[in-house]
Amino acid sequence: MINYEQYLRTEKLPLIWCPGCGHGIVMKALLRAVHEAQLDKDKVCMVSGIGCSSRLTGYVDFNTLHTTHGRAIAFATGIKMARPEMHVIVITGDGDASSIGGNHLIHAARRNIDLTVVLFNNQIYGMTGGQVSPTTPYNAYASTAPYGSFENNFDIPQLVEAAGASFVARGTAYHAMPLTNYIVKAIDRKGFSLVEALSPCPTTFGRRNKQGDGVKMLQRQKDHTISQRKAESMPDSELNDKIITGIFVDIQKPECREEYQKLIDHKKGKGA
Amino acid sequence: MNTNTRVLTGNEACAEGAMAAGMRFYAGYPITPSSEIAEVLSGLLPKAGGVFIQMEDEISSMAAIIGASLTGTKSMTATSGPGFSLMQENIGYAVMAEVPCVIVDVMRGGPSTGLPTNSSQGDIMQAAWGTHGDHPIIALAPSSVREAFDQTIEAFNLSERYRTPVILLMDEIIAHLNEKVRMPAPDDYAVINRVKPNGPGEDYLPYAFTDTDVPPMADFGSGYRFHVTGLTHDPTGFPSTSHDNVQALYERFDRKINGRRDEIVSAEYFYMQDAEVVVIAYGSVARSVRHVVKTGRVQGKKIGMLRLKSIWPFADKLVSDATCNARAVLVPEMNMGQIVRQVRAVVHGVPVFAFNKINGAPITPQDLEKEIGEIYDQL
Repeated sequence: MINYEQYLRTEKLPLIWCPGCGHGIVMKALLRAVHEAQLDKDKVCMVSGIGCSSRLTGYVDFNTLHTTHGRAIAFATGIKMARPEMHVIVITGDGDASSIGGNHLIHAARRNIDLTVVLFNNQIYGMTGGQVSPTTPYNAYASTAPYGSFENNFDIPQLVEAAGASFVARGTAYHAMPLTNYIVKAIDRKGFSLVEALSPCPTTFGRRNKQGDGVKMLQRQKDHTISQRKAESMPDSELNDKIITGIFVDIQKPECREEYQKLIDHKKGKGA
Repeated sequence: MNTNTRVLTGNEACAEGAMAAGMRFYAGYPITPSSEIAEVLSGLLPKAGGVFIQMEDEISSMAAIIGASLTGTKSMTATSGPGFSLMQENIGYAVMAEVPCVIVDVMRGGPSTGLPTNSSQGDIMQAAWGTHGDHPIIALAPSSVREAFDQTIEAFNLSERYRTPVILLMDEIIAHLNEKVRMPAPDDYAVINRVKPNGPGEDYLPYAFTDTDVPPMADFGSGYRFHVTGLTHDPTGFPSTSHDNVQALYERFDRKINGRRDEIVSAEYFYMQDAEVVVIAYGSVARSVRHVVKTGRVQGKKIGMLRLKSIWPFADKLVSDATCNARAVLVPEMNMGQIVRQVRAVVHGVPVFAFNKINGAPITPQDLEKEIGEIYDQL
């Protein structure tokens, strides 16, 4: 049984997150994963960008870095390249990672650098007041989409899979235990790993889109998601309004820092 | 040729200087006229066990060097005008989070893509005020290839000593100039490393108020688990918006750099003892000024040069003292007059003339002889 307090800066509580927000559930899944992976706290570095999810780094007792909007993965890349023995975990949101930070996201996946990204997707810019995000569904309302979003949205796992990630999964706050499991696997996988965690935002998304409070939104997650395994045997017509969860990519391929180490070893061996 | 003598460009000397300073992490994005710094370092770093990475843009380059520096690795990036603009937000982050690092800006004409392969001194003010907010900064400007080497080491030393980003403002002329350089031996220069904490982790305050105003800095991964943020913070490093904390933080930033101008500011005095016309110059322009001072002296004109080796914090007292007995001051710059305003703010009772050339071509001795002749006519 995990004692969460050993990983928390308890003096920093209570959390900044709104009642009904899914981020606390995702944070617990993350801490369980860190515990299960038996990581040394001194060797864990958690890096976040800006937004609701990114406030997480203030609450957890690791080496923590709260950076600029969209740039968490870029800061994390510097840490991992300089200190490959560190377990570098990036905490980011949908806007942070896929909008302002979209370039860093795809390039980190392309490099296959050994980072674990936990992407809290609440489909909205929460902290900034509910503006539309690249994952806001078509026709959904936001403070900058008062008539409904007219843009198509990203499917984040598909995006990072195409960019070259070696581990990609999607879970939800409702399915907290599988989510933990995905994060454990993501930490274990040497290479770029991303776990998208769908997290309800009753305050800025649910309210505008008539989805009810946090409990109702969790229920909605239960009703509208389907595991990849089940989805395989279902006709497309039944999958229309469903979000598929599960592990989409789990492969081994050359990792960026290990490849660079080979270069160092080769060049150092030859002398300066 | 002495084995310690090499022919190098300013960009190559900068890369060599960074290695000599102990820099072991470079992240950058190619841009003319700075690219040779990255090209040279991509070859040198792995041989020294260091890391070179070409990032996807300048924003991530700046972010990556901050991340690397937090692990205790001396880090730098190099860029030119448009890239420097992109780096500004994260340079501000490095100021706020007090993360040592070096940013080389090889100045080209701007705004926008401007003059990619021509020289300029247009980023003087961007170096000081490019980020939002109000904070001090340190910037140096080399006038020779050897000085590009020396000042790169100096930039690292200052950044480590004051826990702050330091900017090396090199103009394209110095960056691409080939010069014979007598390379110093490692014993000939000092290498300064940041002060690290030695007490127990639970007592560590990463943003403590200390006598030096520079808190000791622990490496990520060394057992001191602390929080770093770009938000205003208290001595523990956690966000604070308390008026007292915020005011104290900004005042400490100001004290640790502006309060130590005497340690940071440096200049060269050339025929200044009895100078009637003082030319204040920096970067490549000082090369032409030197020639004009020498030829002017032969003609009996009492001309002297005050060459600014550091740009920020500005050499207020030094400029004021050095010009108090002059009859005229001339500030030639490859911009529309950025340093001359600083000079005018501290020089009183002596006319200050500006000479501004911003067409990408160097300021030549002929340009200056004409200008100085006109100044003499007015005296």
